[in-house]
Amino acid sequence: MLQYLALASILFAIGIFGVLTRRNTIGILMSLELMFNAVNINLVTFNKYIGPDNLTGQIFATFVIVVAAAEAVVGLAIVLLLYRNWRGIEVDRINLMKW
Amino acid sequence: MEVEVSQLVFYLLSFVIIISAIYVVTLRNIFHSALFLILTLFAVAGIYIMLNAEFLAAVQVLIYVGAISILIIFAIMLTSQLANKQIRQSNEQVMIGIFICSGFLLASLGSIANTVWRIVEKPLPENNTLTMGKLLMNEFVLPFEIVSIVLLAALIGAVVLARKEGA
Repeated sequence: MLQYLALASILFAIGIFGVLTRRNTIGILMSLELMFNAVNINLVTFNKYIGPDNLTGQIFATFVIVVAAAEAVVGLAIVLLLYRNWRGIEVDRINLMKW
Repeated sequence: MEVEVSQLVFYLLSFVIIISAIYVVTLRNIFHSALFLILTLFAVAGIYIMLNAEFLAAVQVLIYVGAISILIIFAIMLTSQLANKQIRQSNEQVMIGIFICSGFLLASLGSIANTVWRIVEKPLPENNTLTMGKLLMNEFVLPFEIVSIVLLAALIGAVVLARKEGA
């Protein structure tokens, strides 16, 4: 079980690195998907090893996948809108709402 | 013998996951990193199968590999100038990023190693998909309905956002 948790931590750390260092908005969204996957691995692992009486963890992971799909749809629509208005999607150029 | 084979498969899958995830966050060409993202998602589906979550593995392949990554590739093709390789893809916070994520990694690995886990040695319910369907229709029917409303809202929101002004 510990090996699955360690794998999920490494995947989550890589996702954090991507979110912090990517300039491209789509790159940030892809790193977010990596982090969602790490969380899902954790949920399924705990389901198998800690609470195997029912499948609550797997149900929760399914909901996480659905919400991630909704998030990706809205995020990519925002990215298209940004590209239409700015001709570029680098996050350091998008400072309209920066104070 | 069987345990050793599953160990071997696990290490192979995690090797693929980690290497391709590193490529996802570091490659300069954003299109190549989207392709490596697809590889990562496939290997995570393999991990789900190793954890006896067959339905979740199928959902992963259908939704992540089939839908979300296609959506991401579409967005890349609509927005980036792929021919222009000179665009820098990472900002000047790479050192801080490495620092923060290795700090997180150390903290979480340490807490995983130091926690006493109460592992229950019991097999999961037989017939994964049947059990999940029954749970979704009985115990979790309210979140199931709410998540469908979330999907509808995301659909309408994406259409409203991506529509041209005045059209």
